[in-house]
Amino acid sequence: MKPLEDLLVLEFSQYMSGPLAGLKLADLGARIIKVEPPVTGEGGRNIDIKGMYVDDNSLLFHTINRNKESYVANLKVEEDFQKVENLIARADVMTHNFRPGVMESLGLDYKRVNKINPQIVYAEISGYGTDGPWSGKPGQDLLIQAMSGLTYLSGDRGDLPTPFGLSVIDILCGNYLVQGILASLVQRGKTNEGAHVEISLLETALDLQFEVITTFLNDGGKLPNRAKQGNAHAYLGAPYGIYKTVNGYLALAMTGLDKLGKIVGLESLGDYSDKDYFDRRDEIMDKLRAVFKTKSTDEWLAQLEPADIWCADVKGYKEFLNHKAYQILDMDQTLELTNGKELTTTRCPIRIDEKRFFSSIAAPQLGEHTKGIDKEFALDMTYEENIHEVKEN
Amino acid sequence: MQKPLEDILVVDFSQFLSGPSASLKLADFGAKVIKIERPKTGDICRELYISNVKMNGDSSVFHAINRNKESFTANLKNEKEKQEVWALIKKADIVIHNFRPGVMQRLGFDYPSVQKVNPDIIYGEISGYGNEGPWKDKPGQDLLVQALSGMTGLSGNAGDGPVPMGLSIVDILTGVHLAQGLLACLVRRGINQEQKGGLVRVSMLESAVDFQFETITTFYEDGGEKISRSQKNNAHAYLGAPYGIYQTEDGYLALAMASIPELGDLLGCEELLAFTNPRKWYEQRDEIKRILADRLRDRTTEEWLRILEPADIWCADVLSWDELIESEGFKALDMIQKVQMGDGFTSQTTRSPLRINGEPLLSSVGAPKLGEHTKSIRKELISRN
Repeated sequence: MKPLEDLLVLEFSQYMSGPLAGLKLADLGARIIKVEPPVTGEGGRNIDIKGMYVDDNSLLFHTINRNKESYVANLKVEEDFQKVENLIARADVMTHNFRPGVMESLGLDYKRVNKINPQIVYAEISGYGTDGPWSGKPGQDLLIQAMSGLTYLSGDRGDLPTPFGLSVIDILCGNYLVQGILASLVQRGKTNEGAHVEISLLETALDLQFEVITTFLNDGGKLPNRAKQGNAHAYLGAPYGIYKTVNGYLALAMTGLDKLGKIVGLESLGDYSDKDYFDRRDEIMDKLRAVFKTKSTDEWLAQLEPADIWCADVKGYKEFLNHKAYQILDMDQTLELTNGKELTTTRCPIRIDEKRFFSSIAAPQLGEHTKGIDKEFALDMTYEENIHEVKEN
Repeated sequence: MQKPLEDILVVDFSQFLSGPSASLKLADFGAKVIKIERPKTGDICRELYISNVKMNGDSSVFHAINRNKESFTANLKNEKEKQEVWALIKKADIVIHNFRPGVMQRLGFDYPSVQKVNPDIIYGEISGYGNEGPWKDKPGQDLLVQALSGMTGLSGNAGDGPVPMGLSIVDILTGVHLAQGLLACLVRRGINQEQKGGLVRVSMLESAVDFQFETITTFYEDGGEKISRSQKNNAHAYLGAPYGIYQTEDGYLALAMASIPELGDLLGCEELLAFTNPRKWYEQRDEIKRILADRLRDRTTEEWLRILEPADIWCADVLSWDELIESEGFKALDMIQKVQMGDGFTSQTTRSPLRINGEPLLSSVGAPKLGEHTKSIRKELISRN
């Protein structure tokens, strides 16, 4: 049994951040019903990467929305709205990530929902908070990276601002929303009361940078200074970084320069003081760069690893995903699509009680479960009848 | 405000960032977190200085990660002190560690041993690469896991070589996943009276894979094509034009997904009007980005924003922290909190990004000095046993 079995989550969310929270809850056993508008469904069905589509929906949508159901409702039509209200009365959690004001205009803001179901945990994501001058701006991953200072941390000193090449803010934000939801469910176990959980992408981006922003706030406001070449962390001293070898690259983490110098034949590295690791980082990295390019990655690893120097080869997907160290994790799983094809994706990274969590259920077609859910929850009843039935049970 | 985990006790053996970032989140939710530290040196993170910044004797990183926690020192090889830790574990709801595989067995605090003493324990452990396989004894360090998992091929431009993400992103995500598993077990404890405890295991490598779930799934579907970053202005190796950051006359502009012909219209750039098929904006991205980059250099960021924002084009200025902190949008978030240590030392840091029932999860308690709470914890939780 998965830990969140029996929990019912209604997902009004779209694109990445909110649906990712739904995916995480689904992997831990919750039942997720996406509530989607007719005809188009949620916007994420049409956001693709590399232009790839699986059916009417993008591969990206399939990746984020596996293991969920789809219920179609036009919230502007009275009859549909009532059905959704009835569904809300049965749910434990609902999520949305509309811009501030949208759920209010639909009549499904927290105040209203709390009246329908006082035990519900209502969780919402905004881009920049629900008030303030930026609240109407589009909450999109790259834009938040740009606004939050994050793009000055990666890449080398002379580079343009360099974003993290994944939807890092969306992903982290969805995960934090899950934390807020789960903590509120723990609280509900004690008080029998629901909760309103809020987070924004911008606050997530600031939290992601909490170590370096704390340093900035207590160091007279010095801005990040990326290494000249091979930068891996603007705030960490040499040798932390990436170095070219004869046939590839080598990643080197924190290491005593004295010990490193002896192994690679650069005795002069022992002369640097602790303070120099950061203050004279470029000079030290230049010296190391000149040495590392003289041998192959494997030759360096053979010298460095036995001395417990923290280093690693730099791998691409092909090499990594075919490596025994990856395959032993049993991280892949296969989804069965409605059109008979199969799709390989990765599983939940958490193991509980020595169990890995798998699910072969693919993302739902738009409205695939509408009829079944209508029937199962008797949503055609009036709201009053339904509430009565909930109370009886 | 009543915080959701106020009655939860966490005994935290973990060091550096991954484990301690998980317990920081639990502390923000109201849990009492006791760090078990080695006498004299403590958590190695205390010495992990970044840009040589030291605050009241410890690194700034240590302060950021360990605020709102207590420190209990114990030599785990000394029988008497070990018994004190056992007394704490008896009362704990959660135990966390991130030692390399085998270390907790040697110390005697592995899951089966802890479960014997406290059957309801929720036990969380982080490894670098899992407890099995050829990499299990490798050092579980953020940059190394980024390098091994393919992640360094995603950021930067095509000619750049590997570009790591410039923060301890894998540590942070692993901590996030651990906290998620621990919280799920706490929820289960409330639902299922039969199953109060549990073992939660995550590894940095699995968390790094999960982080790349979109791009790895795409790799499996596209026949295993090598990751291909755009020549210039890359912001996501799998997204088409215009997605990227561009230089303007006086700064930079970030552009997310947008229609190329519409951009052509708005920017007064006729060359872009020919790119009418959205499904080709990936394969044509280098050409489109080159045209865009040329045009965007002609005017200031402010001028471009004035044209693009009213048309609801997803775009933004690129800010550094000093610019961000001065902005009204940042001030409205009230994201910075002041924390105070036991000896009166105060500093500023960020708060939890979450709000519950309209209230941010704040705490003014700073990071502990090594062993600061050993005596008070003995008195409060051990001697009354």
